[in-house]
Amino acid sequence: MVIGAFADRGADLELVGIEKRFPGFTAIENLNLTIPAGSFFALLGPSGCGKTTTLRLVAGLEEPTSGRILIGGTDVTKQKSFQRPVNTVFQSYALFPHMTVLENVAFGLRRRKIGDPVAKAHEALLLVELDHLAHRKPQQLSGGQQQRVALARAIVNRPALLLLDEPLGALDLKLRRQMQLELKTIQEEVGLTFLHVTHDQEEAMTMADTIAVMNKGRIEQMGEPQQLYELPKTAFVANFLGQSNLFTGPVVSTTSTAIAVDVSGQKIVVPLERAHRISGEVTIGVRPEKLTLHADEPAYDAGRNTMGPGKVIDVSFSGVSTQYLVAVPGVGTLVVFAQNVAFGPAAHVGAEVWLSWNVDHGFGLDDDPADAPRFEADLDTKTIAQQRRSLLVTELEEA
Amino acid sequence: MAFAAFSTATAPSTDPVARRRSPVALFLLLPGILYLVLFFLTPLVSLLLTSFQTPREFGDIGQYDYAFRWQNYTEVITTYWPHIVRSFSYALAATFFALVISYPLAYFIGVKARKWPLLQSLMLVLVIAPFFISFLLRTLAWKQLFSDESFVVQSLKALSLLGPEAHVTGTAFSVIFGLTYNFIPFMTLPLYTTLERLDVRYLEAGNDLYASPFQVFRKITIPLSMPGIVAGTLLTFIPAAGDYINASRDFLGGTGTQMMGNVIEANFLVLQNYPSAAALSIILMTVILVIVSIYVKRSGTEELL
Repeated sequence: MVIGAFADRGADLELVGIEKRFPGFTAIENLNLTIPAGSFFALLGPSGCGKTTTLRLVAGLEEPTSGRILIGGTDVTKQKSFQRPVNTVFQSYALFPHMTVLENVAFGLRRRKIGDPVAKAHEALLLVELDHLAHRKPQQLSGGQQQRVALARAIVNRPALLLLDEPLGALDLKLRRQMQLELKTIQEEVGLTFLHVTHDQEEAMTMADTIAVMNKGRIEQMGEPQQLYELPKTAFVANFLGQSNLFTGPVVSTTSTAIAVDVSGQKIVVPLERAHRISGEVTIGVRPEKLTLHADEPAYDAGRNTMGPGKVIDVSFSGVSTQYLVAVPGVGTLVVFAQNVAFGPAAHVGAEVWLSWNVDHGFGLDDDPADAPRFEADLDTKTIAQQRRSLLVTELEEA
Repeated sequence: MAFAAFSTATAPSTDPVARRRSPVALFLLLPGILYLVLFFLTPLVSLLLTSFQTPREFGDIGQYDYAFRWQNYTEVITTYWPHIVRSFSYALAATFFALVISYPLAYFIGVKARKWPLLQSLMLVLVIAPFFISFLLRTLAWKQLFSDESFVVQSLKALSLLGPEAHVTGTAFSVIFGLTYNFIPFMTLPLYTTLERLDVRYLEAGNDLYASPFQVFRKITIPLSMPGIVAGTLLTFIPAAGDYINASRDFLGGTGTQMMGNVIEANFLVLQNYPSAAALSIILMTVILVIVSIYVKRSGTEELL
């Protein structure tokens, strides 16, 4: 039971066969997940993918249609929200407007009858550097300060499991970076298990030890941030975590170390251990920053894949790097990120270029290519404009 | 004056725009000010002057002269103190029962029924529906329902829940019942408006912070709905304390249930003792004013309003 004492350390969270159906749709289907104690786990996905529902199920604010939830080995599925050793930092913060900051932070301690709640609340406020505002009302604080109070209000209870529901969503970029760092520091200091729900892939990658990418109520892929980025399993992950260039084609030859895929007449090699499917139609991909631009056709190199010639259709400068869009006939539009090591762009709009990348940087997806998005063969100006537009829209949405 | 306690924020205005007296604003306020002077301030001053009048020497009944006869006050207090006490205790009881009945109702309409807007509006209409029928008619209807020959009373007597000689009308019960019944919409509507705006995420946060449903209600729901509670209790208590319909002998009351309103009515219209009636009215107003000011100050709802 949670009355009277703190959890001495973080606890494992285990979700077994969780399913949540609302009238008319299924929010989560057959979710199995284990989060080891003391880890920083991120659930990443677009809005409506079921990540917030998962969090609410763990917090006890929703009941699963079927399945079990275990915290530290104890089945808490039937426990009410207030009986679970879990605290949440809500997206809206939900600070009680009729209490001072200090009383907000001490609220959980008082409910659990833990000794000296005021001193402990002050300690928690010191941790988030807000003790000097202890006697203000939440409405008198800025968004960033409120967020820190919400964090203090949750961690002061030393829950076995801390749930973060997009807590940084409302903050501006600079404050967000600062809070990300602060959260990570606190997690390492107090050693709690963090479950962080977010749609911000960059946030998830910088903060979490393990990321689970969710889509349409299912976990698409789970792993360390770097592994997820370098070796995405599905087209969704490949495009949600950063950008990817994806191609689809039949496997034409297989060796003991690699497969070769025919993409509109160009042979692309992918290492066997980086390919999830090794026969039939497959979708393969490569990250934009792994591509190199060449002004002339590069000489044959067994260790590199080459594609081209293509035409540069757009160049956009973004400080550290430049993004090029290259239209390759029969393949589609490829995105290339090039570091700005020299002044000026390496290629101008309209230039004919070749692209190459290290064979080891390619990856093969697990998706059935029939479901994977294909590039349109024809690239008239209208499609290009549409693609640019949708790209800009997604960029704006993310920002 | 009592409502000045609500608006502490407006008092020390250092806003330069507010300090600049605009003649247009004054001009626009003129009709309102005139109305208040004519229909509020003048009667009030007249009432105050009347309350100090003295009977005309060798005059008829109902003839009085302006004077400063403060004994009017001590006289009415010594004569009518049971009515004064009764007025405020009945009003308090009715306010309490109206709150206890209205809160769950308002909570249901404002919070639980949010998912079904049609049900919400239907229930609101039902709360307001009694206003479609005159207040007097409805009270008379209750008199019928509670009369000695009525089905309700006959059944209660048959079940020996009431003695053979017992009455329902003319008792404190029926007066408090009538007051409660008549003022429930005034309690429910302000409660509904605050509860309708209640953000359930605060309740979830409370649950998440180890508060049981009862603790969430006591520590979060009640404080957050305080503006509605204050408004509802004031809208019930103030008119209930001065009510003279429910307690009247023609409606639900009897000789032993007369409230201040009934005494004021009798003094003005029957006994033609205008100074006593005026003094009682002033006392009623003052007591209400004092109680309400203390209440608003103590409930600490300033920052929630």
